[in-house]
Amino acid sequence: MLKQTEGSRAVAEAIALCRPEVICAYPITPQTHIVEGLGEMVKAGELAGCEFINVESEFAALSVAIGASAAGARTYTATSSQGLLFMAEAVYNAAGLGLPIVMTIGNRAIGAPINIWNDHSDSMSMRDAGWIQLFAETNQEALDLHIQAFRLAEELSCPVMVCMDGFILTHAYDRVDVPAQAEVDAFLPAFEPRQVLDPAEPVTIGAMVGPEAFTEVRYLAHHKQLRALALIPHLSSEFAAKFGRASGGLIRPYRTSDAETIVVALGSVIGTVKEVVDDMRGEGVAIGCVSICSFRPFPLTALREALEHAKRVIVLEKCLAVGLGGIVSDGVRKALSGVMLKGYTVIAGLGGRAITRKSLRQLFEDAGADELEQVTFLDLNADIVASELERETLSRRSGPTAEAILRRLGTVASGIG
Amino acid sequence: MDKPFAITLDVGSSLANRTGSWRTSRPLYVDRLPPCNHACPAGENIQQWLYHAESGDYEAAWHALVENNPLPAIMGRVCYHPCEGACNRGRLDEAVGINSVERFLGDEALKRGWQFKRPAALSGKRVLVVGAGPSGLSAAYHLRRLGHAVKIVEAGPLAGGMMRFGIPKYRLPRDVLDGEVARILDMGVELELNRKVTDIRQTMRDEGFAAAFLAVGAHIAKRAYIPAGEAARMLDAVAVLRDMEGADQPMLGRRVVVYGGGNTALDVARTAKRLGATEAIIVYRRTREKMPAHDFEVEEALQEGVLIKWLSTIKNMADEGTLTVEKMALDDKGFPQPTGEFETLEADSLVLALGQDVDLSLLDNVPGLVIKDGVVQVGPDMMTGFPGLFAGGDMVPSERTVTVAVGHGKKAARHIDAWLRGTKYAPPPKHEIATYDHLNAWYYADAPKTVRPVLDLVRRQSTFDEVVSGLDETNALFEARRCLSCGNCFECDNCYGVCPDNAVIKLGPGKRFEFNYDYCKGCGICVSECPCGAITMVPETI
Amino acid sequence: MSTHDTPTERPTQRQPVKFYQTGTFTVGNRLLPENVRSVQADMRRTNSLNSGHRACQGCGEALGARYAIDAAMQATRNQLIAVNATGCLEVFSTPYPETSWQIPWIHSLFGNAAAVASGVAAAMRVKGHSDVRVVAQGGDGGTTDIGFGCLSGMFERNDDVLYLCYDNEAYMNTGVQRSSATPPGARTATTPAVGRQPGNEFGTGKNVPAIAMAHRIPYVATASVANLRDLEQKVTTAMAIRGARYIHIHVPCPLGWGSAPADTIRIARLAVESGLFPLYEAHDGQVTARTPIRRRVPVDDYLKLQKRFAHLFANEAGKERIALVQAVADRNIAEFGLLAGDDAHG
Repeated sequence: MLKQTEGSRAVAEAIALCRPEVICAYPITPQTHIVEGLGEMVKAGELAGCEFINVESEFAALSVAIGASAAGARTYTATSSQGLLFMAEAVYNAAGLGLPIVMTIGNRAIGAPINIWNDHSDSMSMRDAGWIQLFAETNQEALDLHIQAFRLAEELSCPVMVCMDGFILTHAYDRVDVPAQAEVDAFLPAFEPRQVLDPAEPVTIGAMVGPEAFTEVRYLAHHKQLRALALIPHLSSEFAAKFGRASGGLIRPYRTSDAETIVVALGSVIGTVKEVVDDMRGEGVAIGCVSICSFRPFPLTALREALEHAKRVIVLEKCLAVGLGGIVSDGVRKALSGVMLKGYTVIAGLGGRAITRKSLRQLFEDAGADELEQVTFLDLNADIVASELERETLSRRSGPTAEAILRRLGTVASGIG
Repeated sequence: MDKPFAITLDVGSSLANRTGSWRTSRPLYVDRLPPCNHACPAGENIQQWLYHAESGDYEAAWHALVENNPLPAIMGRVCYHPCEGACNRGRLDEAVGINSVERFLGDEALKRGWQFKRPAALSGKRVLVVGAGPSGLSAAYHLRRLGHAVKIVEAGPLAGGMMRFGIPKYRLPRDVLDGEVARILDMGVELELNRKVTDIRQTMRDEGFAAAFLAVGAHIAKRAYIPAGEAARMLDAVAVLRDMEGADQPMLGRRVVVYGGGNTALDVARTAKRLGATEAIIVYRRTREKMPAHDFEVEEALQEGVLIKWLSTIKNMADEGTLTVEKMALDDKGFPQPTGEFETLEADSLVLALGQDVDLSLLDNVPGLVIKDGVVQVGPDMMTGFPGLFAGGDMVPSERTVTVAVGHGKKAARHIDAWLRGTKYAPPPKHEIATYDHLNAWYYADAPKTVRPVLDLVRRQSTFDEVVSGLDETNALFEARRCLSCGNCFECDNCYGVCPDNAVIKLGPGKRFEFNYDYCKGCGICVSECPCGAITMVPETI
Repeated sequence: MSTHDTPTERPTQRQPVKFYQTGTFTVGNRLLPENVRSVQADMRRTNSLNSGHRACQGCGEALGARYAIDAAMQATRNQLIAVNATGCLEVFSTPYPETSWQIPWIHSLFGNAAAVASGVAAAMRVKGHSDVRVVAQGGDGGTTDIGFGCLSGMFERNDDVLYLCYDNEAYMNTGVQRSSATPPGARTATTPAVGRQPGNEFGTGKNVPAIAMAHRIPYVATASVANLRDLEQKVTTAMAIRGARYIHIHVPCPLGWGSAPADTIRIARLAVESGLFPLYEAHDGQVTARTPIRRRVPVDDYLKLQKRFAHLFANEAGKERIALVQAVADRNIAEFGLLAGDDAHG
């Protein structure tokens, strides 16, 4: 059923269609609308057989989810930013225990300075926690990915994060096709846990494992993700067959077959990138782009196949590995190991900074002329940086950087478009 | 379930880890000797019969009791219960009323007609017992249980010895005595009364006894030289008490003085009161602390109006009944010394209660005997210097109590049995005593002793009704359950419960416990928390 | 709640037989009908925490855990799931490839046992397994410190979880560091017995049972491995109630306290009998019963068996500090009316 609705609402409805049994959440912007929607459905009795638990922290939210999932319940939670960091210990734990929890990340920057707007720092910080991480390009895809996520998680006994850009997707009203319950039921069977806390068949879950077996346990976690590399495209195809639209999969190349320049990105920004690609293609530039949907497992082979014929690759990242550059770039480089092409890392959209077509166009042109630095910060205000660096040299107690910049700019909202 | 590797484990798999290898010392179950058992002159396994009584199985308790002592109803009245003096519960609140439970069991047995077990097999040997007092009856009983044919020959007209002729009926009703004697005879023990054995060897030869146990008692009153007028009425205590059993009660008069400080003196004074004496005065040369009589008897006598003149000796008795009494004083060694201070007492009769001697005339023709201080010397096996001739009770060196006599009878019977079979009786080795410091008394609930009902004072002064009544069943049960079971497992499950390693195996009711040394780490909590001290730690050997 | 307005003294005897050989204080009693004997006396008890675990000799926590979980198992007819915080109990019971647990059991993290248990309880609810009950368990560190947020959350939501805190008064698993349950004066690795104020600071610490009561949860109790019957009765009571419940169990640690392994229960008993560890229970935030002290002892008797308090006996200054500990005991005794026959609260 087509409807015009907010991204968060679309996700909430998708979750509801997946017949979750335990939902727990702690509020954090921009995740709030999702769990508010679910909470209302449970409270109103629209979501039969589901418990909604208001907890006292994100750490508790995921911990409750761990308990519920280990006890055999289909379990969901959602968070963002600081919340994800606050639950970090439990994030690793849920994966280590192999619990198929699905969690939405309304992607948001991490402070300090505190910032509620979008970038990918939060979920990227948990990239090695053992969760599968799927990035949604659109609200429709966010909706679809959640349905696939439960299937994926439960088949593998592995938790899945569905990452959607905060505000840009979560708070955007768009047209989405909400599937019927019967369609979802046909795609997503009832949860049959691989291990469960059951008095009829008691087991000890969460043993202490020493050097004698720890490596094997970790290898098996890795192996599980390698299996996901096959399963994710399979589910995406099955989903397409059943629901009539493509979503998910490992990566989605766009106009790359003959492209000399290929832009790699994750999430909603790919829409803007495609528009610029189309513009430049119209002008005869051999450019294309690749959207990475599955960031974990990281699709090395698929990426290599999509990128190896290009002359240059621009990785557009909404996250900064401070002191290194890009996180996604690292993976892309690894995918292209031995392939001689130019690679550029572009850090963009941090803390909600708008990524405009104009800036991208300029960026791609510079790249096409091979006039880019290895690591570029898109739309970096060099004056501010220079003056702040200058100020810091003047006084040992120069005060906080962020506040100084805001004072200079005179407004909080600058740079959001 | 296809469980994830390593993180998820099957239950109970830790049994593969034998933590017993950590142990440096190991717990062991032991049995220690309860102080009550240790103190019992009759060798009763008191704790064992209390154990049965605790569960309300009085018949089992009684059978356990009579394994060692065939006279529980009598014991429950006349025993001076050294067991209670030794009882560890006395350190906690008050000693367990063992004596009162014993009496309850004895009375139950008489009431319900419980009978002794018959001997399993007969030996074909005949044993003579001379004297039907406590020692002789005890020996006869045990010998019979061991399968021998037993004949008791008694010089007096009735069985019981000093229990009948020395203990007043207000302390030991005669139906009780008769009942317990009859039960022994019912086992097939032969009793011949009114026959005095004059030559023991002759009697044995004539009647074909392979062995004999002598227990003739001490019936000859000791005399003290007290100058007295012709008409002065001076009696001996043994005669007075014996006459109480006859048709005519002794004439003591309204003012009776008893000379002596033992239990017999008290018995006579209290008897005099009951016979109508307005005054019953005991004259004793030392102090109350030094008095050999038992404290509770002194107390009861005083309650009944018996007067006691301490630190006094009787110098003479005039015709008209005037006694001259000299005051004494204790010297530094605690001996009474004359002070030269005199006073007079008016008395219708003076009863001497100065102890008794043994009539040893039946031994005149027996070679090899050793007689010392008027009593026959016996070995640890109760045998005299003449083979096959054993002796016990008041006629051998001992504390002269009914309980000691009963103990002698048992001990002698076991040695006689062995002697008849040509073997030696070796008593089982005694365990270490379960002293109070072995116990963890915290686990015992607070429960003060049940006091036995005491007869109204007026009735005590005028009748020969029994002064001290028995416990009813509830009280007896309560009292039995106060037992701490010192030194012997009573299956309280503490060791089973407190082991952090589940290394104690409970074997089920009556079967106690075992340690599972595969898992016991040797922490010793079971030892610390065993209420009764029935576990010990020993160093582990490799 | 009106039924709980008047606290009553908890009778020390819990059996219909008023008196028997050793009172009700031993684990078993052959004279009682089987159905009123303690769980631990039962030949068929669950042994939820089985042999082969790697707890130190004389471990109070191993004992307390088996006591509590076996009782909970009996109360729920074995329909029980346990959630365990990180800590000694978890480490010594489940090192791969062996587990000592005989029940469905999960360990997640140090600080989230209460929350995980809430999740398990929620799952049981939605699946209609209302007969399956959930316990969470942890040491004092996992309860009063790092797990406190989750514990408080579980309490205020009144989730159907019994939380069992095994209090051995420090972080034993990591090598005896101070926790908020460490008593004043105690030496730990982070409160060493040096300087002018040796050992743990006086005037510090957290009273979690009282905080639990402040949440007005249906049931809060304290218990001790030294009083099994009291402990079992409290677990049984707790399992008959729905909603959040908390039992704080005192479990001596020979290693951390510097006591003889054989003295574990003795020391726990002295803590109770001195008044330092009051035994009571509370319904809906109100104290409804306390277990009277049977034979009161001075705190010295308790302290002197433990090396962690040895410095208190080393000099005159120590005596003054012992007096402060005694004052704590005296205050507990007065506050809860712990002396037998004490009806101050009646």
